[in-house]
Amino acid sequence: MTGARFNGRGVWAIYKFEMARFRRTWLQSLITPVITTSLYFVVFGAAIGSRMSQVNGVPYGAFIVPGLIMLSLLTESLSNASFGIFFPKFTGTIYELLSAPISAFETVLGYVGAAASKSVILGLVILATASMFVPLKILHPVAMVSFLLLTAISFSLFGFITGIWAKGFEHLQFVPMLVITPLTFLGGAFYSIDMLPPAWRTITLFNPVVYLISGFRWSFYGSADVSVGVSLVATLGFFALCLALVAWIFKTGYRLKN
Amino acid sequence: MQAPILDIRNLSKVYASGLLAVSDVSLQIQKGEIFALLGPNGAGKTTLISIVCGIATPSSGTVSVAGHDIIGGYRAARTLIGLVPQEISTDTWESVLATVRYSRELFGRAPNPAFVEKTLRDLSLWDKRNERIMSLSGGMKRRVMIAKALAHEPEILFLDEPTAGVDVELRRDMWALVHDMRLRGVTIILTTHYIDEAEEMADRIGVINRGKLILVEEKHALMRQLGKRQLTVQLAEPMQQLPAGLRDWALVLSGDGTQLQFSFDATAERNGIPGLLRRLDELGVGYKDLLTQQSSLEEIFVNLVSERTGTSSS
Ligand SMILES: Nc1ncnc2c1ncn2[C@@H]1O[C@H](COP(=O)(O)OP(=O)(O)OP(=O)(O)O)[C@@H](O)[C@H]1O
Ligand SMILES: [Mg+2]
Repeated sequence: MTGARFNGRGVWAIYKFEMARFRRTWLQSLITPVITTSLYFVVFGAAIGSRMSQVNGVPYGAFIVPGLIMLSLLTESLSNASFGIFFPKFTGTIYELLSAPISAFETVLGYVGAAASKSVILGLVILATASMFVPLKILHPVAMVSFLLLTAISFSLFGFITGIWAKGFEHLQFVPMLVITPLTFLGGAFYSIDMLPPAWRTITLFNPVVYLISGFRWSFYGSADVSVGVSLVATLGFFALCLALVAWIFKTGYRLKN
Repeated sequence: MQAPILDIRNLSKVYASGLLAVSDVSLQIQKGEIFALLGPNGAGKTTLISIVCGIATPSSGTVSVAGHDIIGGYRAARTLIGLVPQEISTDTWESVLATVRYSRELFGRAPNPAFVEKTLRDLSLWDKRNERIMSLSGGMKRRVMIAKALAHEPEILFLDEPTAGVDVELRRDMWALVHDMRLRGVTIILTTHYIDEAEEMADRIGVINRGKLILVEEKHALMRQLGKRQLTVQLAEPMQQLPAGLRDWALVLSGDGTQLQFSFDATAERNGIPGLLRRLDELGVGYKDLLTQQSSLEEIFVNLVSERTGTSSS
């Protein structure tokens, strides 16, 4: 028996298990964000947007679509992945995962793969919903899909880390509520950072979400707050950071093993 | 002798709290053996098992399973191991069948519906295969955990207090299961607080106390060596006090003077019984019955633990 064989069945088992949870609750998982996004379009797109001029040559209703998708993508990736690994820790069923012949990489692949799949599906559903309200164009589809995937995977990794770090349900809600939501609202989802006073513009550049939204919006309309290269580097940097943290967690057994 | 299937060497575990839960334990277990680990609460039984199964990390020492180191060769080692932990923790919304299939696949095994069905039937779970786990009773959940542990056809099975808080029927089923697994050549390591269980099932017994493995012995030898036998002489006529002629034997008069109790070592060459009976005859003491008893493992175990810790047991 070789010691280093890839446990593909194990990865697939985790993936299926996590996706089954999504299927059981697909109504909440999909309908809620669709309704929420629709409300955003009614309020921001139609009611407010009609009084606003275009932003960077894009009608306001269409301008906010990439930001809205990113907002959902971030929160859903985070909550799916963090819940996915927190719940077995909470109920104690994690013993099975820890005693299984499955590597850290394979475990992450299963959990993060499932969480990212769910949020990509959700992102596409929101995109489809949005297209019913506003005329959309996607100038760079490959870049669009790449940003979508990269963001979903990075934040699912981040969620996985949060789930392992969390000691209770309060912790689990803490990161999306107190970290991600403000960062996203202040990350240019609803405005171009050019609209901000100069001092705020500088502060905003320390917000990583600005780069995600800017890059993603560029793939739609070809215009961005920061150059797309910088966006890509920032996104990849965040991805690498999460990857390194996960590697460290498994190496040390942090909050997983005694 | 064959190489042991489980080889634990100088294993120690210090928890982050600084508590030494397992202290320099070495233990070899042969394939097909049934080994019972006994010890009071907090002795380190679960910790020891958790390390072997990959749930806790060792502080020092090594463990190998069929020659595979549990860290360097963890895939091969863990593939061979099935674990039923002490605490019941199951999935909630999943069905019984789904959770057992999941366990099998997680361990990298190809689907085998026939084997999964047999496992569920053996544990009387087949009728409940489509039920959500959360709707099952506690005893049924424990069966599900056993089914999960068996799903990948392990060669070593760890049962951490498999019969704590279960009814008589499941307890019988567990014993039957262990016998069945033994026939298949599966090695079983179980912990229990029920000595009769160890007495019933185990080939060898280990006693752990305060993290130290204080004794490992073949069950019958253990009972022979440590088991004091007691002879009870049922007297024909009650006596007020022991006659002077019986002083050479450490006798205790009990039962309102109707019984003589004599403790002896069953393995000693001269246990003193023939002499005692001869002397009784000479003194004209009549008796109507003789009874010998062997101490149970429980008594042996309580004696051992209190001896080592210096506390007196009542
Ligand atoms: N995660 C942990 N962190 C710190 N100490 C722990 C941890 N788990 C167990 N211990 C301590 O280690 C010692 C051994 O515990 P363990 O659970 O191995 O005992 P046990 O023999 O299984 O007991 P029981 O018969 O009650 O199940 C105990 O003193 C316990 O309090
Ligand atoms: Mg225990």
